[in-house]
Amino acid sequence: MRIGVPRESKPGERLVAATPKTVGQLVGLGYEVAVESGAGQGATFSDEAYTEAGASVVGPDEVWASDVVAAVNTPTDAQLASMTSGSTLISMMMPPAHPELVETLTKAGITGMALDAVPRISRAQALDVLSTMSNVAGYRAVIESAEEYGGMFTGQVTAAGKTPPAHVFVIGAGVAGLAAIGAAASLGAEVRAFDVRPEVGEQIESMGASFVQAEAAQQEVSSDGYAKALTEEQERLTAEMYAAESARADVVITTALVRGTAPRTISAEMVAAMKPGSVIVDLAASGGGNCELTVPGEKIVTDNGVTIIGYTDLTSRMPQHTSQLFGTNIVNVMKLLTPNKDGELVLNLEDEVVRGMTVSHAGETLWPPPPVKVSAAAPAAAPVEEIDPAEKARLEAEAAAAKARRRLIGAAVAAVLVILAVTFSPASFVTAFTVFTLAVIVGFYVISGVSHSLHTPLMAQTNAISGIILVGALLQLGSSDPWVMGMSFVAATIASINIFGGFLVSYRMLSMFKKEA
Amino acid sequence: MLLQFIQGLYIVAGVLFILSLAGLSKQTTARTGNIAGMVGMVLALGATITHSLYLSAEDPENRQSVVVTLLLIVVVLAIGAAIGTPIARKVEMTQMPELIAAFHSFVGMAAVLVGFNSYIAPEGQAGAVHIVEVALGVLIGAYTFTGSVVAYLKLSAKMKSAPLVLPGRNMLNLGGFAAFVALMIWLIALPHDQIGFGVALVAVMAVIGFLLGWHMVAAIGGGDMPVVVSMLNSYSGWAAAAAGFMLGNSLLIITGSLVGSSGAILSYIMCRAMNRSFISVILGGFGAEGGTVASGDHDYGEHREVDVDTAADLLVNAKSVIITPGYGMAVAKAQYPVAELTSKLRAHGVQVRFGVHPVAGRLPGHMNVLLAEAKVPYDIVLEMDEINDDFDETDVVLVIGANDTVNPAAMEDPTSPIAGMPVLEVWKAKQVIVFKRSMATGYAGVQNPLFFRENTAMLFGDAKTQVEAINAALPVGVS
Repeated sequence: MRIGVPRESKPGERLVAATPKTVGQLVGLGYEVAVESGAGQGATFSDEAYTEAGASVVGPDEVWASDVVAAVNTPTDAQLASMTSGSTLISMMMPPAHPELVETLTKAGITGMALDAVPRISRAQALDVLSTMSNVAGYRAVIESAEEYGGMFTGQVTAAGKTPPAHVFVIGAGVAGLAAIGAAASLGAEVRAFDVRPEVGEQIESMGASFVQAEAAQQEVSSDGYAKALTEEQERLTAEMYAAESARADVVITTALVRGTAPRTISAEMVAAMKPGSVIVDLAASGGGNCELTVPGEKIVTDNGVTIIGYTDLTSRMPQHTSQLFGTNIVNVMKLLTPNKDGELVLNLEDEVVRGMTVSHAGETLWPPPPVKVSAAAPAAAPVEEIDPAEKARLEAEAAAAKARRRLIGAAVAAVLVILAVTFSPASFVTAFTVFTLAVIVGFYVISGVSHSLHTPLMAQTNAISGIILVGALLQLGSSDPWVMGMSFVAATIASINIFGGFLVSYRMLSMFKKEA
Repeated sequence: MLLQFIQGLYIVAGVLFILSLAGLSKQTTARTGNIAGMVGMVLALGATITHSLYLSAEDPENRQSVVVTLLLIVVVLAIGAAIGTPIARKVEMTQMPELIAAFHSFVGMAAVLVGFNSYIAPEGQAGAVHIVEVALGVLIGAYTFTGSVVAYLKLSAKMKSAPLVLPGRNMLNLGGFAAFVALMIWLIALPHDQIGFGVALVAVMAVIGFLLGWHMVAAIGGGDMPVVVSMLNSYSGWAAAAAGFMLGNSLLIITGSLVGSSGAILSYIMCRAMNRSFISVILGGFGAEGGTVASGDHDYGEHREVDVDTAADLLVNAKSVIITPGYGMAVAKAQYPVAELTSKLRAHGVQVRFGVHPVAGRLPGHMNVLLAEAKVPYDIVLEMDEINDDFDETDVVLVIGANDTVNPAAMEDPTSPIAGMPVLEVWKAKQVIVFKRSMATGYAGVQNPLFFRENTAMLFGDAKTQVEAINAALPVGVS
């Protein structure tokens, strides 16, 4: 089968759905690959590079007539019209926002696979273009803000005085937010971040930011990996927190997108309260913007000198790497769809990942897919049975006291028995028993702190030492009784094998343990 | 004078043994500890040889001449050195459990023989106390001997490792012990001139000990062998201590009880690591509940497989990798390719660490020895408690020949036979690759839901071959 990679028609789009590297991987799956001439131009991949990787460079008509078309953006109606019935289109589609597109695909008999509808489960991460795009956008947002911000991100102490680090506030810790946190932190900024889902606090901290605590404003642990809309009370508290944080920040990066729409997080008043020269980057500009003043696609400067960046083409601004990552997502989709690696596409609708992506197939509309339970996010902890903590503590204390009492009685009985036994024993036994008791206790204490990794050598060593039974056998060896002599000869022999072997083998093992130089 | 000198040497030797065991509890002092033990042994044997020669010189009626005694001692030590040294030199580190079990059986047998001798030719006064000492020494020695033999056979796969469950198991053991006590009382009551009959009674006691040892260890499943070996280690110490009581020799008592109590505490530490009762392991019959496999027909879903190239790719691109080895690594002798993979990845800038479960392998610390043999630095080999919190931030976990020790059912399924046992929480990592020969269950006979998790991929085949293949598949820059 042939995979067509068209030149993106959206104005300003510099991405391409396959790079020479991913073309090689697609060819490896058994496909023919046809790339439209100039498709990789925006991302600085030449037609020659594609030819070298094994693709044929062709005109637009041929590309759109391929069995499979892999594109970045949703094609125009004209492009769709040039696709053949029974072929497959793989691209971003935003099916919830574009029901008419799903209808067109269904009518045309095209199998539509929405890259932006991949279920959010661990197995599907490798094909999730939203993660890819968000990641790049988050990174780029920091770069854009750094360009606009009139200072250095990292704090410096120089002979000419010191500068404080930039304060960056990130709203929303999805993939984009986390990428932004990472990029800003690695530039040296002091990063604070907030998300309504309390469970991402750890992730925020792991990326190097401090998690802004606002307990009342937070929701319960989400069960499907997405953030939910907030209640009224939560919204008011959150707004107060946003106002305080943004007033303090040099750079604010907003990434809040709840299922394609952008909630308002930064109001005009909050912007007015911000420091002149500070920067807002609105990653949700495509959904209308998190900031009230955001103009999607534009960069504006407010009256009080706050720059608001609403670019919607952040991913396009890093076309090389984005295309590479996007292309790899497509390769992973094709791997899933080509189980036999023979260049034949198999659409297994039983597979929940495939099912989730497929919006139309064989003249049937398959959107929306049945819901998928997210396994990646931990389910909320089961409610613990309510026990009064004081009552519980009391019961525990009682049990412990009873146990201690039993132990004390046991020890006392044992002590009395030992004393009685010793009283009626011969003197030589008493001496031996004293030595025995003390040695047992020494043994316990000596070994209690042993390092686990040394158990085996320790055992070999104690084994060698227990060969001390040889002492007994050697003393008996001189006996004139032939039976005693014979038996002690055997006993001494095997015990000495034990001694020689045991010490040597533990020596061998211990010499192997080396600390890293 | 001479006898006091000998006692002095014994005291020094005893102290050296204590220092030896103390030294072995830390990596940095372990080798000093080993040497201290050797020196202690040399002193103890020197003192004993002198003592034995002195006895022969003092008591020519009951003993051989000094020259013959010396000759016998030299021959015995020569044979011991000639057999013991090459075994210790050649033994494979993977066979360490078998070797140690075999060595324990020697101590047990020696204790039995010393017991017989002490009964025939008592050193001090031959009263009731002495008879009790002989009887206990013979019983413990015999028990240690057959117990170790069975452990050896099971560990070297010469005998089925599944637990042997006889009907009325506990009654049999109890009956054996009761018979032993009865025989002991009979022996005490026996007049002194009937020594031949007395020896026969001691022999019956030894047989009871042999049977008890065989039966109790045979009843323990292969998965619990680490505890069994450590327990037998303890018994061999008690056997030596019992011999010390018979002979009135304080060095034997000190050393024997040192080994006995240290072995017992070691077994206790391990039982705690496995969340099992120490008493039930001591009494034998452990691992029996392996037969009650919970819900065998449970549907766990499909497992996924991964190929060598993908695995290599994942490893090279990971930031942090944890390897959790198990008995399978020892069986396949995969420690060398694993070490090679480790050093290549580390040279490439990947953080590689090892997570070792306390009961991984068939001997406590077995994995550490194997990895040390392959020259993996010991400071990247971590214990379960040290590494369990780090799985969240780990990109790839390689499970090499481990099964029960990485089974999430232990934490999640209260009906599982291994419920409550602390395990390595590998499933928290982003990707888990399990090296396994087939989908068969582990020693505990429990299915492992880990294999069916979404972030788990199986790499079937011999662990050594597959790790070598990964080494070969690493990109050119990484080597």
